[in-house]
Parts: sequence; structure tokens; C-alpha cells
Amino acid sequence: MHARATPNQPADVATAAQPPRRAPAARVRRQWLSRRWAPYVFISPFFILFAVFGLFPLLFSIYLSFHRWDPAEGLAAMRFVAFENYLYVLQDDDWFRHSIFNTLWLALVSGLPQHLVALPLAFFFHSALGRWRNAVVGVYFLPFITSTVAISLVFSTLFSRDFGMVNVMLTAMHQVPVLGWLFPSTNIDWSQPGYTKWMIAFVVWWRYVGWNAVLYLSAMQTIPRDLYEAATIDGAKPWQQFRHITLPLLKPMIFFAVTLTIIGNLQLFEEPFILTGGTGGIGQAGKTAAMHMYGTAFVDGDFGTASAIAWLLFLLIGAATWANNRLLGKRD
Amino acid sequence: MRTDLTPQRLIAYVIVAIGAVLMLGPFYFMFVFATHTNREILSMPPPLWFGSAFVDNLDQLLRSLPHFWKNVGWSVYVALMSTVLNLFFCSLAGFAFAMYDFKWREGLFAMVMATMLLPSFVGMIPTALTMSWLEWMNQPRALYVPGAVGALGIFMMRQYIESAIPRELIDAARIDGCGEFAIYWRVVLPLIGPALGTLGLITFIGSWNNFIGPLIVIRDMEMYTVPLALRSLQGTGQIPWGAISAGSAIAVLPLLVLFMLASRRLIEGLTAGAVKA
Repeated sequence: MHARATPNQPADVATAAQPPRRAPAARVRRQWLSRRWAPYVFISPFFILFAVFGLFPLLFSIYLSFHRWDPAEGLAAMRFVAFENYLYVLQDDDWFRHSIFNTLWLALVSGLPQHLVALPLAFFFHSALGRWRNAVVGVYFLPFITSTVAISLVFSTLFSRDFGMVNVMLTAMHQVPVLGWLFPSTNIDWSQPGYTKWMIAFVVWWRYVGWNAVLYLSAMQTIPRDLYEAATIDGAKPWQQFRHITLPLLKPMIFFAVTLTIIGNLQLFEEPFILTGGTGGIGQAGKTAAMHMYGTAFVDGDFGTASAIAWLLFLLIGAATWANNRLLGKRD
Repeated sequence: MRTDLTPQRLIAYVIVAIGAVLMLGPFYFMFVFATHTNREILSMPPPLWFGSAFVDNLDQLLRSLPHFWKNVGWSVYVALMSTVLNLFFCSLAGFAFAMYDFKWREGLFAMVMATMLLPSFVGMIPTALTMSWLEWMNQPRALYVPGAVGALGIFMMRQYIESAIPRELIDAARIDGCGEFAIYWRVVLPLIGPALGTLGLITFIGSWNNFIGPLIVIRDMEMYTVPLALRSLQGTGQIPWGAISAGSAIAVLPLLVLFMLASRRLIEGLTAGAVKA
């Protein structure tokens, strides 16, 4: 401080250099950080990092989506094209339509069973597992925390046509008397377009079913036990209890979990990317919208179009979330 | 709510048990295949029990990925850096939101929470450009700096600090002449161990599994993280399944160990944001 004393500031240099003496009873040391400003300083790292690595990229991506640009030529080569990128993607980019179809298909085929299985599973965890519960829940939850890449690579081994364990098991099931006709008699080539999506959907389902079950379980645990006890006394069977107590009280969580699934599934990238070797598979049968965006940007080098794809995908996610809100989110 | 073992209940147990096998199966085969040569894996029927070729597979893995141990090292480094930075910045911000009354507190907190709604993939392209302008391409810091503090962590820390630390304690420290940062460092931090543990686990695992981040900003094989290195084994020609399984097993093993040690805390931490939302 004292170094700043200039002729313009006729402050008494001696007193400015030494803080005013305080009564010894109020032993308040001067802090480098006052109580008033401390909270702002403490929360600032978040806002600084978010501005640089969150907000700026987002805004730049909007800007980019209205431009044609070859990154090799530097920022000056950016040319404003208004909605041309969007129009191109919507009208002429056949792979975009194709990838949106794949994305929606995968979102539905892997997403719906996630919840249809997770709900009764959670109810069973909640009502019938006792001492073993944590271990069993842990087993179902494990896929959620493991490396997508590592596990998808393992799945591509398991789904191999000639030696994969999945085909071995399916064809073995074909030999079972009554139910045999449900299973294929010969090995399935999972890399063929008709099967690729089913494979991806299964792996996605496998990864997230336990996560959803845990979400539902945690919500079930907040439902008061007396409700079930009263229902049992009135002679309600487990199914009736599930139908009339658990399900209605779980509605907010169902809405939340389905929302998470929609948002996550529409951005699906890693599982299809690894399972199809990064190519999208034969006939691009496993190419999702996020993969299409990645390819447009980093393989074709067309950042403007890729940004337009990103925002169109964002709009789609917004619309799906809105529709879900109308469907499940209504309070009644 | 214990009831008798009715037939329906028995069927339910069987279904849940089959499901558990389905959940664990891929992990089991990952470890089994890691111990077999390619030839054994490709035979019919495939091996069901452990073999003796793990060292050979590791050998082959290291021939295809000469920097594999370095890649593991980068994964550890990036995960540790993310974890340390997240614990520091998230707890600091959580402390501020929990224990100070300041102007715009609720508004700023709402802003922090709102960032969770932003889709990360939309920022993918400009993030890559930002990193190349900063000349952070191929740099581990491109992976741990952007995520050094996050909304979920701040939320968790605020909840925990609010419930675990009485404000009187903070006031007492202040009266004793403790500075604001020293209150955080010497009073708050030692008291929030459990929350730090949970957030640390979540951050470490998230960073360890991160694939899209390195896919976009890391170009040199020498700087790859483990997921990226494993993915590069998927070339054309004969796929080295044994080596891939061995590498996958090495990538997943630390997570399995962490999970066995702390599955309860991890599950509770991950669903904390969800349940209270």
C-alpha cells in the first residue's frame, strides 16, 4: 500500500503504512480476505472455468453454426451463410436423417425396457431381499460405473458371429424343448444391419437398467412403511400394493428417471462408436446423431455443419423432454 | 414385510438371480479371455474357465500399444488431478454457499445448478477449437482443467456442509482471529471427510472412464489415456481379442476394487443429486 502514496494523495505516509492501532481486547487481525468478499472469491473458480470452457464454447458453437469455415485457413476465413448449414442438414444430408432415425430407435428400444425392468426390480429389491440387498443392488449397479470402452470391447467379443458367447447361448437355447423355436438355430452375424442396432440397444440396456433400479429404490425407501402395512392388513396382494401405492407415489421419480434416459439416450455415442469400430457399422446401421456430428466435424472437417447438427440435436432433446413433461410431468 | 416363500416369490428370486448373472457375465468373460490365447478364444466352444496365457496377452498388448503403461500413467495422473482440483474447488464453493450470507447467493447458486442442464455435446466442437487455440492439444491439462469444478460437486458439498457444520463453529473460529480461508482449510475441511470421499470417488471414476474428452483433444499415442489406447486396438485385420481383454481387465480392475470398497457410498453419492431434485 505505502508504495502507492503519490503527491496527488496528500495522505500521511506514516499512518498509511501502519494500520491504526486497535485496543488489544478486540484482537482482530487484518485478514487478506475480508468476510464480505470471501464467498465471492470462493465461488469464482467455478464461474471463471465455466465462462472459459462452458459458456464461450457454447456461444461460439451458435456463431459457428451460421458460418462456413475451413479451420485450416484460420478465423479470418469464416464466411457468414445464415441458415444455410441448417437447411443443408435438414434437406440434403441423408445421413443426418438416417442417424436421427437410428438415435430415436435406440432411445426407444433400449430406453423403454430399462424402465419396464427397473421398476419391478426395484420393488423386489425393496420388499424381498433383506440381508442380501446391498450386494445384489451392487451387482446390478456395477455396469453403470465401468469403463464404457473396455466393456463395449468385451461385448464385441461376446457378440462375434463364429465364436461369440451370445451366439453359443442362443443356439444352445434353440435345443430346449418347449421354448426352442424362440431362439435361432444358426449363428447370427451381429454386424449385419438388421442386428447391429439390437446389439447396441442390449448393451445400453445392460449398462443403465441397474442405475434406474437404484433411482427407483431410493425413491421407494422414502414411502412410509405404514402404507404397506395398512394395505397388507386390508388384504392387498404384492401386485396390488405395487399398483396402488408404489406406482402413484413414485411418479415424480419416474418422470425424473425417464427424463434422464431421454437426455442420455439421444446423445448416445460411446457404445455405438466402439461396438461398430467407430464406423457406424455396415450401412451405418449403428450410427447415432452424436456420431454423425463427430464425423462431420473431425473426419470431414466441416465445423459449421457439425455445429448446426449439434443444435438441431439439442432442439430434438428439448422437444422430447417437453413431450415427456406433458406426458408424465403433469401434477394431478 | 417378510412373507412366506410363495411360488411367485421363488420365480422372482430366480429371475433376479439370472439377471445378476447377466450383469456379471461380461466381467467374468473379460477376465477369462484375458488369460487365453486368441486361438483358444476363437475355438468352439469358447473357454469358460481361466487359462494360462495372461502374460502372453500382456506381451501382445504391449507390442501393439508400446506406450500402454505410460497411457495408464496418464489416466492415473489426469484422474488424480481432476479429483484433487474438484475436491478443493467444489468444497470451497460449497462452503461459501452453505455458510455465508451474501448478496445474490441464491441467484448465483441457481446459475450453478442451471449449468447442469446444458448439453455437453453441443460444446464438443468449440471445446476442441478452444484447446487448440490455447495450445493445449495433447496436454493432460486439457482434460482436467475444464472439469476442475462442477455443479454436482458444489451441490453435494453445500448440502453436506449445511447439515454437518453448525454456523456457531464458524463464528467461534472467526472470533478467535481465524481468517476466512483458514476457516475453510482448518475448520471445515477436516470435518467433511465423508463428503470428500464420495465426491472423490465419483470424480476419479468419471475421469478414468472419460472417452470423448481424450478422443477430441489427444492425438499422440504416447499421450493417450487408457480408454483411447484400448480403442486403438480395434484396427483392421486380425483383432487381438486376448490382448483387448487383458487391456480391458486392467482398465476395469481399479474400478472394481474401488466399487467393492465403497459401493454403498458411491451409489448414495451418485444418486444424491437425483433423489433431492
